[in-house]
Amino acid sequence: MASSSSSSSEGEGRRAWVPLASRPEFAGVTPLPQDDGPSPVVAIAYRDDFRETMDYFRSLYSSRELSPRSLLLTSLAISVNPANYTVWHFRRQVLEALGADLTEELEFTEGVAKRNAKNYQLWHHRRWVAEKLGPDAASRELEFTRKIFCLDAKNYHAWSHRQWVLQALGGWEDELDYCAQLLKEDVFNHSAWNQRYFVITKSPSLGGLNAMRDSEVDYAIEAIHANPENESPWRYLRGLYNDENEAWLNDSRVHSACLHVLKAKRNFKFALSTLLDLLGLGFKPNQEIKDAITSLRTSDSGEAGSDSDLANSVCSILGREDPMRANYWTWRSSKLPQAAEV
Amino acid sequence: MGELAGDKHVKYILSVEKKKDSFESVVMEHLRLNGAYWGLTTLDLLGKLDTVDSNEVVSWILQCQHESDIRALQNEDGSFSGDIWGEVDTRFSYCAICCLAILKRLDSINVEKAVRYIVSCKTLDGGFGCTPGAESHAGQIFCCVGALAITGSLHHIDKDLLGWWLCERQVKSGGLNGRPEKLADVCYSWWVLSSLIMIDRVHWIDKEKLIKFILDCQDTENGGISDRPDDAVDIFHTYFGVAGLSLLEYPGLKATDPAYALPVDVVNRIFFGRCST
Repeated sequence: MASSSSSSSEGEGRRAWVPLASRPEFAGVTPLPQDDGPSPVVAIAYRDDFRETMDYFRSLYSSRELSPRSLLLTSLAISVNPANYTVWHFRRQVLEALGADLTEELEFTEGVAKRNAKNYQLWHHRRWVAEKLGPDAASRELEFTRKIFCLDAKNYHAWSHRQWVLQALGGWEDELDYCAQLLKEDVFNHSAWNQRYFVITKSPSLGGLNAMRDSEVDYAIEAIHANPENESPWRYLRGLYNDENEAWLNDSRVHSACLHVLKAKRNFKFALSTLLDLLGLGFKPNQEIKDAITSLRTSDSGEAGSDSDLANSVCSILGREDPMRANYWTWRSSKLPQAAEV
Repeated sequence: MGELAGDKHVKYILSVEKKKDSFESVVMEHLRLNGAYWGLTTLDLLGKLDTVDSNEVVSWILQCQHESDIRALQNEDGSFSGDIWGEVDTRFSYCAICCLAILKRLDSINVEKAVRYIVSCKTLDGGFGCTPGAESHAGQIFCCVGALAITGSLHHIDKDLLGWWLCERQVKSGGLNGRPEKLADVCYSWWVLSSLIMIDRVHWIDKEKLIKFILDCQDTENGGISDRPDDAVDIFHTYFGVAGLSLLEYPGLKATDPAYALPVDVVNRIFFGRCST
């Protein structure tokens, strides 16, 4: 019964609880009750299985018993309270003392993850195991996070783990394709866009941001055309140029994409705010863009004249389209550079 | 719009102390000190801290005290581990900096390195993640902005860029989410809002709509606040809902410090006055 597999610990919860006091493997253990002090605050009425499990845990923990039955007990304790970090820490000590097979431990954590995919202690434990197993564990870790993403493609812990795996253990080769796959399933997945940025900037096999920029601009714009209301590709596109304002201004694909969205007259908020960003950096729009903006105005105040009038038009359209952030768009118009008097 | 059912929330918080045989309380066992913080701070914001016996609370908390040294948890790169077992996350940078500031011992860590690490966690949209390269997340942003605020390092932030990302968290219902395309949740009323206040950009959201969203998340019969309307209430969301309303200057609530997440008079007492016994 020294198995650390998840099925026994999960099964315990569902079948009738067999008191630890009547289990032969725990013979000789004196349970240690919890000391809440004389006047407990937020006192909790515990279930019998929880109380007994923790009483036994406390006993083996305080006597530092690093044995197979201690390992079993941590499985039980984790199943009744997976967030108790003392239990997880003790489990690591037991695993080390027993020289346990850590690939079995991976299975155990996968079982816990099924019902506790957002538990910090679980992920920390998994990282500890993977680190011990080394680079050979990389593909299994990527597969594990992939399974988690099938259930919740934005699980923040899983993404943090996956980034750590790539940097510490490797496995970059298929990561860009994986991002593309996730974005095909849900192009609004901001985590996947973030991961894509992570890959193109940090992957040792891709050549870095400068090398990847060109193809990634096309990729982002394709996503923009499919769903112009999608915040992520717009931010991604801007991020591709980061501090390189000259290059950002001069990439005609960017303002062409904005124009394309404006002409459709739907979901143009991010197109307009991108144009606003460009105008603020000195962009000189052509007549087509000016006309597209003008046609979105509802108030009839004549042709858009100078560029600062144009930018102000953009701000007031945005204030109208996005009233929740009216103060923000008003502020943007106050920050516009004044057009030179000609 | 509705009103804040303050008395109901007080009743709810006090009842948690006496709740029998609830699965929730079992699962929250490891969070009892957190639960005490959320419950007590909410009571204080509602002006009802006198409903608990402070001597009882203090002696219980002192029993929970453990030998540990925050300073020893700072790593070479300036980051902080959560404990001696090594998990690194900007949440811990905030906890360390906040605790040491309250204890007036910020000088015992390398603040410059701590700040540099936090800045390295800045993302391409102006926000912050748990580690360098991680996605912007409103909870992590609160931790990083709070830590930078406490250490006088807000100049490292592009406030306009971050302010825009934060105000984009407000969705149609008026609530705030934590990342693009996620659901609104009352707790982000704290993390997004306090961050916006710390960088002087809170006027970029629609305050009235957010107030309405928080009030809609109340259980006006039994007290307590939930993550979104009609879900089950819990102490965590009750605290963040009330604290969010406090930041929005909802009438009848004490003011809250956005960096320390404590009532302003408590922070003032810590830094400028003596504790009254």
